[in-house]
Amino acid sequence: MSEPIKQQNQADAGPNPSGERRAFLKAGAAVTGALVAPGVLLYGVAHSRAPEEGASANKRWGLLIDTSKCGDGCNDCVTACNTENGLNGKTGPQDNQWIRKLNVKDLRTGFVQNLPMMCQHCEHPPCVDVCPTGASMKRADGIVLVDRHTCIGCRYCMMACPYKARSFVHEPLTEQNPEVPRGKGCVESCTFCVQRVDRDQQPACVEACNAKGHQAMIFGDLKDPESALSKALKTVDSVEVRADLGLNTGVRYQGI
Amino acid sequence: MSSEVMSNEYCTDRAQCRTRQFFVLLGLGGLVVLAGLFAFFTLEHHGHVLTGMNNQIVWGLPHVFAVFLIVAASGALNVASIGSVFGKPMYKARAPLSGMLALAMLTGGLAILVLDLGRPDRLIVAMTHYNFRSIFAWNMIFYNGFFAIVGLYLLTLMDRKLHGWSKPVGFVAFLWRISLTTATGSIFGFIVARAGYNSALMAPMFIIMSFAYGLAIFMVVQSSMYRWNGLRLDDVIRRRMKNLLAVFVAASLYFTVVFHLTNLYFAKQWDYERFILLDGGIYTWVFWVGQVILGGIIPIILLFIPRSRDSQAFCFCFLAPSLVILGGLAQMYVTIVGGQAYPLNMFPGHQVSSSFFDGVVAGYTPSVWEWMLGLGGIGIAFVATVLAVRVFKFMPQDDFAELQMRRSTD
Repeated sequence: MSEPIKQQNQADAGPNPSGERRAFLKAGAAVTGALVAPGVLLYGVAHSRAPEEGASANKRWGLLIDTSKCGDGCNDCVTACNTENGLNGKTGPQDNQWIRKLNVKDLRTGFVQNLPMMCQHCEHPPCVDVCPTGASMKRADGIVLVDRHTCIGCRYCMMACPYKARSFVHEPLTEQNPEVPRGKGCVESCTFCVQRVDRDQQPACVEACNAKGHQAMIFGDLKDPESALSKALKTVDSVEVRADLGLNTGVRYQGI
Repeated sequence: MSSEVMSNEYCTDRAQCRTRQFFVLLGLGGLVVLAGLFAFFTLEHHGHVLTGMNNQIVWGLPHVFAVFLIVAASGALNVASIGSVFGKPMYKARAPLSGMLALAMLTGGLAILVLDLGRPDRLIVAMTHYNFRSIFAWNMIFYNGFFAIVGLYLLTLMDRKLHGWSKPVGFVAFLWRISLTTATGSIFGFIVARAGYNSALMAPMFIIMSFAYGLAIFMVVQSSMYRWNGLRLDDVIRRRMKNLLAVFVAASLYFTVVFHLTNLYFAKQWDYERFILLDGGIYTWVFWVGQVILGGIIPIILLFIPRSRDSQAFCFCFLAPSLVILGGLAQMYVTIVGGQAYPLNMFPGHQVSSSFFDGVVAGYTPSVWEWMLGLGGIGIAFVATVLAVRVFKFMPQDDFAELQMRRSTD
């Protein structure tokens, strides 16, 4: 108790420059902290991978899909994608689908296959070539993305994509996943769940497929000869969809 | 004769000014523009959910109007080019009107294109971020440059002191417009993914079509202006322009035939050709009835059937060009919407189905908002033309002695 009384006495006695300065500094620090902390926190959430690291050109993310293991009627990869990326799961002509299940029937033999189709993360992506503003871009590690800040919504990339992998946001969105910002009037597509990949996790579709026990998808680094993906690609015959276009897709299929 | 022309040009007689009719025209055009703007603000607020466009047909009716206007804009400048670059005095007299029409139509077309963007508020991004691998980005450069060059060209044509520059500037404008239409055609020509595009023929085909559409619009505007002013277009001019239009329409048909013949030679393209030529529903109808018959064959017949002098004026200068314009819109609909409606062929020889409309012909019904936006662009071009014709001296100034000489040598 004696300390405050003493301070009060000092204050009464006259101005105390060092005390005022201390109080000012304390208040200043508190205000600055209160202002900056949420920003730092948000920045941390948005950049779980250290920003200075950047995407490495020493990696190229890829995916091998074994169509023989892909379950007929199983939609787990689609559901997981919708949940992870905040899509509503509707399937109208104007609704967004980042991944979809294709039913492919050979017209000559009648043989039917199922396979998931999504952005093929091409090495030479037509969507990136045609984008007037450069919003469609390929990261150093091969993931093809849309910069939501520079996409003007011209939809030329949707015209150019041979896989119909892209969707346009036709109406205002609610209940978005904070890690996956989306917006009305922009084009979007599969990101390989880039927010998860940057945390060394697998894309949501791959995780869901494995959890179901299908093991139809192997995700990994195409440039790492020791990755499970590279080892699998060495042992099985895999193809690109529309290989005639020479796009060198990051997604390859086994069994078609 | 000359005093009558003078009185119409300078509007010395108030009765001949037809001010009331002018404001009615302006008001009607203004209403269409307002409707287009209302559609834009509505779509901007609610999103493209209000349009018939979807994830299958990503470019719809607004793009049909926009690309048509842009292609016709560069084609309209052709009249000036024949005058300045190729030295034909009859066309030189029409160069200012031709340049003005080109600018008006490009303005209308670009307005639609920009207002249909998902994020029209980011136009500044499109103007400051260029991906030079994108033909679309090149188009933006060509569009902006077109305004500058044709604006300068108009200045050299209309300012006596700068008249000496009209030939070199006109030449640059000619080269620029050829580049512009090459780039516009290549928007489709460079699309490797879709069966209906992916052809080097797109660029020259768009150029020849631009000649036809641009000249057709020029002829309709010109005959309207003459009629408005109670003047009569000289027979020589009428005959020459209708022959030129016929050549352009025939050449457009020729390119269409070659385009489809080439596809018919490639087995992988048979299904697409069957879709457009035989069983594509609305697209097959629009192709045969709209583009080929109404927009091609009938205009050529109309332009070559001998008829009396009085019906010549209507048939040659209004009816036939109007049909060419209609055919042009039909061609754009088949090219742009039909090209997307046909499903992507990811697995040749396979039947594909999915929740994302793979393997099926995409459905598309344009909504009233798209009509309003598209017609709004035409409204902009119309209002700009009506205003410009009223304020500036765009009425062709023919040298009648020269025409008399032509008449004797024709």
